[in-house]
Amino acid sequence: MCTTCGCGEGETTIDGHSHDHSHMHHHHAGHGHGAIAATHAPGMSKSRILRIEQDILSKNNEYAAANRNHFSRHGMLVLNLVSSPGSGKTTLLTRTLTQLKDELPQAVIEGDQQTVLDAERIRATGVEAIQINTGKGCHLDAHMVGHALENLNAADEGILFIENVGNLVCPAAFDLGEAHKVVILSVTEGEDKPLKYPDMFYAADLMLLNKTDLLPHLTFDVEKCIEFARRVKPGIKVLQVSAISGEGMDAWYEWLRASRQSVLSSLSEAVAGA
Amino acid sequence: MHEMSLCEGVVQLIEEQAKTQGFTKVSTVWLEIGALAGVETEAMHFSFTAVARGTVVDSAKLEVIDVAGMANCPACSQCIPVSARFDVCSECGHYPLDIIAGEEMRIKELEVQ
Repeated sequence: MCTTCGCGEGETTIDGHSHDHSHMHHHHAGHGHGAIAATHAPGMSKSRILRIEQDILSKNNEYAAANRNHFSRHGMLVLNLVSSPGSGKTTLLTRTLTQLKDELPQAVIEGDQQTVLDAERIRATGVEAIQINTGKGCHLDAHMVGHALENLNAADEGILFIENVGNLVCPAAFDLGEAHKVVILSVTEGEDKPLKYPDMFYAADLMLLNKTDLLPHLTFDVEKCIEFARRVKPGIKVLQVSAISGEGMDAWYEWLRASRQSVLSSLSEAVAGA
Repeated sequence: MHEMSLCEGVVQLIEEQAKTQGFTKVSTVWLEIGALAGVETEAMHFSFTAVARGTVVDSAKLEVIDVAGMANCPACSQCIPVSARFDVCSECGHYPLDIIAGEEMRIKELEVQ
């Protein structure tokens, strides 16, 4: 259990997280207050009905708001990368980090149920990475990310990539404070994935269609896949990439640069206005 | 199986309510869960029992109120039932629709002692 805020993290472990630091997120802010909607007749029963009307995710959303505030003060573009296991997320990420590392600050938060293998792959590129192991947990939540941030400074005025647990269902509902969810779908999966897992595609602003170098060997219908994605999320941006051959990756780098620029512009406006 | 996390959130919120509203035991929890919220009711019941152990909601009854998915069609202005986010308008075939109900994930009421 955390000695500062009393949070029990269950099976979650964050490497480098020793819990001897202050938290940037507040744990007891702004909760709704249920009003007594009805009271049973006196003497009949001591029980009463409380009308609560609280969003189940309100706790997570408070942490996410605190994270978002931190990101904005530090001028960080934060992306929550989501996909099924095996979509090529980590390969795509290591290629991206290698390409951009001399150009802008970057850091990575890696979410997996077990092992630090992915964080090691990231660190091999020279970029700082913090691994969160969720144990049996199937997604990252904003509270875990808040803790991971305490040991992470490298992405100020740069890009923080949060590689979520490989899962197309659960991470959809949990806001981490990111600017955008980016969903990665590989062409070795079915083109109907956006219809099968609509919540994730609805939550994403950008879809990276990965492993396009394999298209000649597959029956994957790219146009149909994009149509399905846009049926779920009209206006979702789609980029076709191959993290192995590098094809299409320049458009992704350009999207990253432009998104980071808009974060930096908001930061300088905030500084000028202060 | 993010229902386990959702139930942890539910218990955490209720424990805070217990402090501010001064109750020590909860006998019934009513949740509103929308058809489009991506939540398995069965999994909620299973997780709730596990997560509630040793808290103010220990052995409380969980009642899940299902909220049907509803949408407005921007083309024909009809209000229609939907079962998925990408449903097309049953009246005119248009999509996308504006979802107006079915995304709820809310603690509605508690019966407390």
